[in-house]
Amino acid sequence: MPLPSVISLQAVEKRYGRKRALLPVDLELSHRSFLVVTGANGSGKTTLLRLLVGLAAPTRGELQVSVERGRLGYLGHEALVYRDLTALENLDLYGRLYRVPERRERIGMLLERFGLWESRRERAGSFSRGMLQRLALCRTFLHGPELLVLDEPFTALDAEGAALLDRQLAELREACTIVLSTHEPKRVEHLCSDRLALT
Amino acid sequence: MSYLADVVTLTRKDLLLELRARDTLPAMLLFVVSTLVVFRFALPEGADELAAQGLLWVALVFTALLGLARAWAPERESGALEGLVLAPTDRSAIWLGKSAAVFVFLAAVELVALPAFAAFFAPVDLSTVAGVLLANIGICAIGTLLAAMAAASRTRELILPLLFLPLAIPLVVGGVGASVSEEPERFLAFLGLYDAVFAILCWASFEYVVSE
Repeated sequence: MPLPSVISLQAVEKRYGRKRALLPVDLELSHRSFLVVTGANGSGKTTLLRLLVGLAAPTRGELQVSVERGRLGYLGHEALVYRDLTALENLDLYGRLYRVPERRERIGMLLERFGLWESRRERAGSFSRGMLQRLALCRTFLHGPELLVLDEPFTALDAEGAALLDRQLAELREACTIVLSTHEPKRVEHLCSDRLALT
Repeated sequence: MSYLADVVTLTRKDLLLELRARDTLPAMLLFVVSTLVVFRFALPEGADELAAQGLLWVALVFTALLGLARAWAPERESGALEGLVLAPTDRSAIWLGKSAAVFVFLAAVELVALPAFAAFFAPVDLSTVAGVLLANIGICAIGTLLAAMAAASRTRELILPLLFLPLAIPLVVGGVGASVSEEPERFLAFLGLYDAVFAILCWASFEYVVSE
């Protein structure tokens, strides 16, 4: 029996005024799929991912995502953290809002895993771009999402950070549905089940 | 209960951010005190006490505007508003948490402004204090929503006063009325009604401000 669709897109298109941000896309994605989205700059990768998490609405077409908002994990181009709060305070804020059980232990574990434990009491504004990306990854994984939407997650990560993310994705591969946009599809080739090339 | 817990979490976050950055409250305090000083010298000798009451409200509304213009700055700088919007909390809790934080800033400013007004112009009575507190609720409710709308625009510094000041006129009318009228209860009741109506409207419409 086929698994039910987690994501269903039928001729979904996005325009900003007269500018077409995303050409019509059809897509069916079942539970525990790993979709890699590729395409040149301006092809609509970010727009598609924002549509999937509900940060944008399609101009035309039908879009259905059968995952509750609280079970989504989204990593965008910005870290979505407060620069005047420390790494710990930022994760604590999101942990409270997502009602993460055993919040402190989970936050500690993620900070440790992503190499930010020593910097946990430093303000996010003082972080380098790579550290900010690691913090953003901690925020994304914090509540154990059912659907992960990652927009170019390897950006700004050093070799060690990228390897950490590789390991994390491999771990999550069997537990949740993942949609990932990248310019390096080879990096996640061994994990992916579906591909979408935007033009 | 979880709704209230979210509101408390978000308000505490804003107070903590202000405690760290200290870029809104000190500016508001400096602005209100310097405005009252300017009014002190601008008002001619022997001017009516009623005129001074009006100036107090002008100072308070423009100080509030200063605070409101900065209200969503932390979210704007780091895209954190999208993080909050994605969280499984009711989106109106984001508005309520921010409004509560702005209320605290405004109340702190008034703790300085009202004694300063009493020292420069005339004593402040209980009905004026009640009027100020009721007007604060309206200012925070409407102002926070409009500031969120303006934050998405490049011309936010222009748009916010244009949207906010017309809606603040009834609050000024009610506040001045409560300060100078023989029957302040009528004006206080008007302020209470205005607060209730606009708080409900803002609470219900915030969802549409932050979603496409």
